[in-house]
Amino acid sequence: MAAMQQESAIRTSRAARVLIYLLLLLFAFFYLLPLFVMGVNSVKPLSEITGGNMMALPEIWTLEPWRKAWSEAQVGVQATGLKPYFWNSIKMVVPAVFISTILGALNGYVLTKWRFRGDTILFGLMLFACFIPFQIVLIPMARMLGIFGLAGTTWGLVLVHVVYGIGFTTLYFRNYYAAFPTELVRAAQIDGAGFFQIFWRIMLPSSGPIIVVSVIWQFTNIWNDFLFGASFADFSSQPMTVALNNLVQSSTGVKEYNVHFAGAILAALPTLLVYVVAGRFFVRGLMAGSVKG
Amino acid sequence: MAAPVDADFRTRLQVWLPKLVLSPSLAMALVFVYGFILFTVYLSFTDSRILPSFGWVGFENYSKLFRLRHWEIAVTNMGVFAILYMLICTAIGLALAIFFDQKIRGEGILRPIYLYPMALSFIVTGTAWKWMLDPGIGLENTMHALGWESFAFDWIKNRNFAIYTVVLAAVWQTSGFVMAMFLAGLRGIDNEILKAAQIDGASNWNLYRRIIIPQLRPAFLSAFVILAHLAIKTYDLVIALTGGGPGRATELPATFMYSYTFTRNQMGIGAASATIMLMTIAAIMIPYLYSELRERK
Repeated sequence: MAAMQQESAIRTSRAARVLIYLLLLLFAFFYLLPLFVMGVNSVKPLSEITGGNMMALPEIWTLEPWRKAWSEAQVGVQATGLKPYFWNSIKMVVPAVFISTILGALNGYVLTKWRFRGDTILFGLMLFACFIPFQIVLIPMARMLGIFGLAGTTWGLVLVHVVYGIGFTTLYFRNYYAAFPTELVRAAQIDGAGFFQIFWRIMLPSSGPIIVVSVIWQFTNIWNDFLFGASFADFSSQPMTVALNNLVQSSTGVKEYNVHFAGAILAALPTLLVYVVAGRFFVRGLMAGSVKG
Repeated sequence: MAAPVDADFRTRLQVWLPKLVLSPSLAMALVFVYGFILFTVYLSFTDSRILPSFGWVGFENYSKLFRLRHWEIAVTNMGVFAILYMLICTAIGLALAIFFDQKIRGEGILRPIYLYPMALSFIVTGTAWKWMLDPGIGLENTMHALGWESFAFDWIKNRNFAIYTVVLAAVWQTSGFVMAMFLAGLRGIDNEILKAAQIDGASNWNLYRRIIIPQLRPAFLSAFVILAHLAIKTYDLVIALTGGGPGRATELPATFMYSYTFTRNQMGIGAASATIMLMTIAAIMIPYLYSELRERK
């Protein structure tokens, strides 16, 4: 992150600076616009949206759309609101993030401190897995989950997200541990510390920044996933993204735009919260890892 | 008395332990990634319809696929989408990064505003833009309400223009992230060279064109690889924004694969389209990963 603070030597004229500020503000407007539209229209009665102007503040403020989106709206066949799906997502995300982070840490530790012939090739194989278009695994994965009785379950989705997430978590921990002094590990080994002792006592206590990176990354990716949720889940396990899409696309009845907007914000809230609270640590941790990368 | 054997066992265990710890992850990658890829590629040469079946048909699925108008549309849309998306994201990302590099006040406030869309799900982004671009309630309706009666903006409902709305929403979501990549690159450039060039009388334009931008090569490369891979994988955004429509106007290979495999019961053709998607990504990713991992040694 130190590099981020370095000031450029470029000097610009006053007129150029005014123009730059105007453009920067214009882009800030562009990036904030959808959030503003979603927010404002989620607290309006429906008639103000269909009859009025999307940019206007509400004449009558109401939290009814939020209540409806959360606990009453028609999602798929049932009028349950988004609430059960929100919990489905939580039940899926928490174990998947935990398991993939632990596995990534162990893998990174092995790949940097216990190197062996061919380890880079193995890492390359795991890393490539992050970038495959998941369409290529959908058919066999559906079969496999069916065979093991995991089709339509939260644990099935946890498995899927762990499998396709460990490439990234391994990458993060590997880069981070590469900068960690190997002499410390060797010294501990001479003192008689074993493989796991070194991991628990030496590596993990200094892994704070990269654990934050891994957790944020995995949380955001898994929470936001749609393809796996849409392919492998049923009512008891469908995540929030799938439910939101069902809510918005449902063709029956009146389109309640205000409820859709409230639902979209509900689906976005957890990742936005993580971003606002921990976004700074994400960039910082990423930089800490890539020092020697 | 069993101590020597025990100690020997423990040393041997310590030698094997690292590989043992790595093996579950590796096994998962071998089965769920490489095994599954082989299975899908194999299916693309079979007569699978609603369920996998193993009657070998050679390249029939591929020749059928390339004769399908539907696939041709999906590939053409991918071309238009990917080129515009990558160019616009790179242009906006680079421009914003260069602006930020001019000792801007309030960078700490603006940067998170540019970056937050990255934290959202494509389904949320798609929903927001779907209604914002909807002529009935969105921008067009707003302009009419404000008194500009002749204003028309119906791209999302227009077969010839709908694909550009997908570009717009995708650019909104990722251009801030590209900005961050270029900014990190810019902040890593040695100021001494710039000062020397300034003393020699180089203009800002020349500084950027001759010295700074050429030094951003690694950032350009990473941006290209990440954007290309995101473009090819684009699925959720189209589903939420347009559902592939109007008609087939925003159909992409990812949506094509899903509908042929799971709703039209043409699994062989679906598998063939997935194989082509994989090969496209592999052609970009493998050389990149290879050079990255070699450099690190």
